Amino acid sequence: MIQKDSYTSAQLTAMVVLRLFIGWHFAYEGLVKILNPKWTSLPYLLDSKGFMSDFFAGLASDPAMMNMVNALNEWALLLIGLGLITGAFSKLSSIGAMILLAFYYLSHPSFIGAQYMMPFEGSYLWIDKNLVEMAALAVLLAFPTSHIIGLDRYLKKAIPLLSKLKLM
Amino acid sequence: MATENNNNTPKDNKGPESEGRRNALKTLATIPVLGALGYGVYRKQKHDKEAKSLGSAFRFDQEHRMIPAQPDGKKIRIGMIGFGIRGKQLMRAAGFAEPSWIDGLIEGAKNDSKDKRYEQFLEQDDLNIEVTGVCDIFDVYGEAAALTASNIHREGSNGKFGKRPTRYRTYKELLAADDIDAVIIATPDHWHSTMAMEAAKAGKHVYVEKPLSWTVPETYAVRQVVKETGIVFQLGHQGRQTDSYIRAKEIIDKGLIGKVSLIEVCTNRNDPNGAWVYPLIEGASPDTIDWKQFEGPEERIKEYTDYMTSNNLQRYIGPDPRDRFSLERFFRWRCWWDYSTGLSGDLLTHEYDAINQIFGVGIPHSATSSGGVYFFKDGRTVPDVLQTTFEFPDRDMTMLYSATLASNRPRGKVIMGHDAQMELSNTITLKADPASEIYKDKIDKGIIKPNEPFYTYIPGQNSVDAITSPTELYFAQRGLLYTYVSGKRYDTTHLHIREWLECIRQGKQPSCNIDAAFQEAMTAHMGTHAYLEGRTMYWDKEKEEIVKG
Repeated sequence: MIQKDSYTSAQLTAMVVLRLFIGWHFAYEGLVKILNPKWTSLPYLLDSKGFMSDFFAGLASDPAMMNMVNALNEWALLLIGLGLITGAFSKLSSIGAMILLAFYYLSHPSFIGAQYMMPFEGSYLWIDKNLVEMAALAVLLAFPTSHIIGLDRYLKKAIPLLSKLKLM
Repeated sequence: MATENNNNTPKDNKGPESEGRRNALKTLATIPVLGALGYGVYRKQKHDKEAKSLGSAFRFDQEHRMIPAQPDGKKIRIGMIGFGIRGKQLMRAAGFAEPSWIDGLIEGAKNDSKDKRYEQFLEQDDLNIEVTGVCDIFDVYGEAAALTASNIHREGSNGKFGKRPTRYRTYKELLAADDIDAVIIATPDHWHSTMAMEAAKAGKHVYVEKPLSWTVPETYAVRQVVKETGIVFQLGHQGRQTDSYIRAKEIIDKGLIGKVSLIEVCTNRNDPNGAWVYPLIEGASPDTIDWKQFEGPEERIKEYTDYMTSNNLQRYIGPDPRDRFSLERFFRWRCWWDYSTGLSGDLLTHEYDAINQIFGVGIPHSATSSGGVYFFKDGRTVPDVLQTTFEFPDRDMTMLYSATLASNRPRGKVIMGHDAQMELSNTITLKADPASEIYKDKIDKGIIKPNEPFYTYIPGQNSVDAITSPTELYFAQRGLLYTYVSGKRYDTTHLHIREWLECIRQGKQPSCNIDAAFQEAMTAHMGTHAYLEGRTMYWDKEKEEIVKG
């Protein structure tokens, strides 16, 4: 087992780059939606397939619920992205990111025979880019870097409680 | 495994000051990435705005403008005449559904949580009306109408019902009733004008299904009576309430598709129901159907027969004698000129009225038709394939109507402008013409690609003044957003009836008033006469007469 505090430069660089890239992706996805007042996940939810489709379509059927889902999704994406980029609350951010990705995957699983209105770029069977990104986040969880390069380095000293709550 | 230590370990022994600096550097090392992200987003937004903006010309007013309901408006007492397929739909749109139909919706919702039809029906606004009288000449329909009108709580067969309305055997008795303010007429075509006129004379406001008339002479008469009596009249072209038509008018009025020279409108259906081969209902017999009333008003029949015989068109009359009872003719009356106005009156009128709503074209200068009974050779006299060309020389424009009841090829309304073409349905898609002058600049810059959609209008999504994104297009083409976006979706027929009721309460003119109805009927008659007589029909504007070519 690698000691968390003893990465080689190459290891640390690679891990931080991975964290930044995923963070960038999340933050931009969030920003695009926040900056577009017309954006809604409604058609995406209605197009859901697979065994969870009833649940996702149900979210879309209630306008109040829909507004909440949209806001949650937009701001969660942005905050998670910022968290990963700056290395703040990285454990919480990574887990949050994985939960979001799990929702995206479950709403649009790449099952055999599933057809979606919005075609995906690329070809997928069972494993899609959401799952790949999820696996990459699992790697970030297992090999944390924010306490070396990131705001967590400061936060864990300033607010020890956060460490205790395993938020970083 | 890890040999090189990258963390600050005790070996890094360079004093607290430099350690603090190193600490701060490492803590904040990735912050500049935020700057890069911010700069990138700024550049991207700026680019998108420039590349996608269609400018202020594509900013429009708000969505559909409903006449605001009058607070404490008075309750209107309705008489319902005709409770066949369309009559049932109209009653539902007015808030009254057959309990058996609701049973189906409840069952549907039980089996499929996504089936929201019952929920939507319950949410449909209450129009503050009471159905006090119903009339149908078929007992089964008459009883069903009475039951439906009493279903005021919108419940299924086991539900609680309100007061049963009076069921009248003849429309004349219904029109004589004191407790009726307004009537909804959904009878076969050959009765429309006669009933509308008598209702108006009895002081009842009228909502009548399209087309306005069956014969040409009655068209003048009904217009005169409606105007003289001053009742509030609405013809049943619910397309008047379609959001996309209202927006289409705005787009065209602003000149955003350039000068329009050709409009193509179509009907495509491909099943027996669409071809008017409706089911024969159980319980129908000479004992339960008042055939004498079905035959039609004598004066009208004379006008019809006179036209046919004076033009040597006897082959289109019948073939059954009018007084012979026939279930086919009763339920599938649209198939015979004896009661029907054919494709012209039933379906062309919807298309024409939409174009008249958007362009205000009025009655065309001429009409030329061709077609035949090519697929449904079931003894019908009305064609199942029909092409009619209407000329509007004072608008420098042709409208081509093309219909078949035996192919489902989707052909929407296409409005061909010099600068762009508009595909119009519940949504709008604009594609720029490669030779466009007003979009030349944007085409040259690569902002607009000719013949590809650059603007789509989806009701519920207002203020789209940018090039359509692929996502929007996918959903627009599948009509998904239309169904759900602004939260509540209104049925256009509901809105059309509601507009009529509000006009009654406020003394206003509805959108498909008697003038629009007159234009609709004359246009349809010109197309029909052109088909029957095999020659072009012209409209004499001064004399208001159809003239043979």
